Amino acid sequence: MMANTLDVESLKVIVFQLADKEYAIPVNQVQGIEKTMHITRVPKTPRYVKGVINLRGVVTPIIDLRERFDLNTSGDNDSTRIIIISLDEMEVGFIVDAANDVMDIPKESIEPQPEVVGSLEEEFISGVAKVGKRLLILLHLDKVLNTLK
Amino acid sequence: MDTNQYLEVFIDESKEHLQSCSESLLELEKNPENLAIVNDIFRNAHTLKGMSATMGFEDLADLTHKMENVLDAIRNDKIKVTPEILDVVFESVDHLEEMVNDIASGGDGKKDVIATVELLKKIELGEALNSSVQNNEVAATTNVEAAALLEYDDFELTVIQQSQEQDFMTYEIAVHLREDCLLKAARVYMVFELLEKMGDVIKSSPSVDKLEEEQFDNDFYIAFVTKEPAEDIEKKLLKVSEVDRVIVQSIDHQALAKAMHGPTEQAQVEQVVLEQPQQEVVKIAPADAPAAKKAPAKNGAGHATSKTIRVNIERLDILMNLFEELVIDRGRLQSIASELNHSELNETVERMSRISGDLQNIILTMRMVPVETVFNRFPKMVRQLTRELNKKVNLEIIGAETELDRTVIDEIGDPLVHLIRNGLDHGVESPEVRRAKGKPEEGTIVLRAYHSGNHVFIELEDDGAGINREKVLSKAISKGVVSKEVAASMTDNQVNELILSSGFSTADVISDVSGRGVGLDVVKSTIESLGGNITIESTEGKGSLFSIQLPLTLSIISVMLVEIEKEIYAIPLSSIIETSIIRSSDIMNAHNQKVIDFRGKVVPLVFLEEIFEVPRNETADDEFHSVVIVRKGEKMAGLVVDSFIGQQEIVLKALGNYLTNVFAISGATILGNGKVALIVDCNALIK
Repeated sequence: MMANTLDVESLKVIVFQLADKEYAIPVNQVQGIEKTMHITRVPKTPRYVKGVINLRGVVTPIIDLRERFDLNTSGDNDSTRIIIISLDEMEVGFIVDAANDVMDIPKESIEPQPEVVGSLEEEFISGVAKVGKRLLILLHLDKVLNTLK
Repeated sequence: MDTNQYLEVFIDESKEHLQSCSESLLELEKNPENLAIVNDIFRNAHTLKGMSATMGFEDLADLTHKMENVLDAIRNDKIKVTPEILDVVFESVDHLEEMVNDIASGGDGKKDVIATVELLKKIELGEALNSSVQNNEVAATTNVEAAALLEYDDFELTVIQQSQEQDFMTYEIAVHLREDCLLKAARVYMVFELLEKMGDVIKSSPSVDKLEEEQFDNDFYIAFVTKEPAEDIEKKLLKVSEVDRVIVQSIDHQALAKAMHGPTEQAQVEQVVLEQPQQEVVKIAPADAPAAKKAPAKNGAGHATSKTIRVNIERLDILMNLFEELVIDRGRLQSIASELNHSELNETVERMSRISGDLQNIILTMRMVPVETVFNRFPKMVRQLTRELNKKVNLEIIGAETELDRTVIDEIGDPLVHLIRNGLDHGVESPEVRRAKGKPEEGTIVLRAYHSGNHVFIELEDDGAGINREKVLSKAISKGVVSKEVAASMTDNQVNELILSSGFSTADVISDVSGRGVGLDVVKSTIESLGGNITIESTEGKGSLFSIQLPLTLSIISVMLVEIEKEIYAIPLSSIIETSIIRSSDIMNAHNQKVIDFRGKVVPLVFLEEIFEVPRNETADDEFHSVVIVRKGEKMAGLVVDSFIGQQEIVLKALGNYLTNVFAISGATILGNGKVALIVDCNALIK
């Protein structure tokens, strides 16, 4: 599929969907992708913290990225997934509308974030990549996770 | 020589030896005339010297050697024990401790101790000038050891006597193996084999068992009956490879008997030990005898009866983790069994639960360590500090045998050091002030540990100045910790707890003991990170009581599961007093707070549904409310829930690094059905 990029230095990413946009996280930060399961609500936390799940014996907090970025949530359906990411000893799950692709993005196709994106998610974006006709938004995971404190 | 595999054992044992050294030193300070104590210290130091030399820590061995010389002079009555001399010896022990700690943390144990060494030498030479014996120090020491280290019981004395009557010669043989000797047990075997051909070995020190297990440094001593002349024995033994030195001296039965039953204190003490039926190694036994009274479980080295193995704490952690998984599955099985209601399945599950309960107890107790391991370094610290501060303080330790989880033990040391330093510096007044106040000159600090329910309490009580409310408040206001308005309405206990907040120090003069204002808030945060809490009670002029409450274990706790709407919460049993069901009409209003009358006490109600913002589908206005009465110290609160589910053992899990400091939630657990339930932090709910 990506034959034309094989000999170029590339970044392997997981592609997922939020509302109508496509986002990407480097694959080495992803621990796994889970179907939705029972989430235990944790009181007195920000609205986008949905709660915690039992991920094979480990209590893992879940963030709803749609709420984090103030996107319209369409509610959970069959394609809703939880992407488990791991960053600096932290394991967190992201609720996304769909996660369906692993992709190699040529590094040269990654561009810095455009000046105006026009939504609150701006600060979380580390860059955008154009692959064919698709526009992938690369996330700054540190910032997505950090602002809680 | 590759000594890495022995390093851990070496560090542990060195610490034990140093510990008993300092304990004995404190003892000696109280009874400077008791030479038996000097002997204890000497033996500990001697073993330490041997071990460190074997392991190649020259500085450690050297300093121990110098210290040993002084001790030797003391026990041979060449020097009188004075506080000044003890100070120097204490200092040496401190240096030794630092060196061992350095080695433990991967260093090479090197330290510049010239000053101390000079002092030790001065003490030693101060007397050595009068007695020329000291010149030939090495030989002299060896001889003294040979004579001192072999003691005989009546039976052995009789054997010696009888063999002498039959024209046998009795020798004491000191064998010194080369420092780099690798197969010590094999060399010992060869020595013994040689000797057995020439005569009979009466006894050895260390005992044969210990020799075979290589539990000795490079020297061992043998009492030997033979007809061969001493020179021959010496020559033959020297042929055994890796034997460095052999000293053979003949002993006389009469002189021995006299020495054994002689009037000196040392002999008496050792005689007592020798009356034990077992041929205990004298070198170790006297050192152990006093220690054994205090710590029956500890000091495995000398007790042949209690067999112990050293297990890496990591392995215990892995075992614990695996067991936690098992407990989760046990919960799951229990809930499946209760759903299916199959009698045989129920029976099996019940049996399994019982067995795993026993298993849990064993695993938990395996990780338990007496707090003594933390407490025992305090007497020395207090002694040193009181001298620095020119105060008189008596430290009383109660309940040192109380056991706590190893992980808690590891963490609790530093906070306690801070608290004791604080108590000494700010709490107990100087003797002059105390006299003026009509108190005894000597202040008392009581360090107390005890179990209560699922918790261990460690209390530090002093009879010092107590906390001055006004002083604390004005300080807190000037430091911006509280505002003036808030300050006026604070209770005494709240004021007391201000001294635990960061950036706080009430000492008028900042001393180097405490008062940098960094101590007590660290204490608080460490204790809270262990799942415990600290409270302060204080009466001005009378003293203060710092009470630390710690969980017995960190991983498995008993909880009461409760339900609010569809959500399940766990309330630790340790904070629950009882549960009850109340009528709506029983609820009274005090100000804006709903309260109930619970056994004659007014208890505020906390509606968990409101605190936890539980989403309600329909507002149920029940006539009855389920209430869990919880306590925090003296204070109580009633947590209102929808219904009680039951009691269960759960595995405590953290919420992860992302969700830190969630209000009133101390952690989470996984229930039998695989769902996560949150654990309510009752301490946060009680104001």
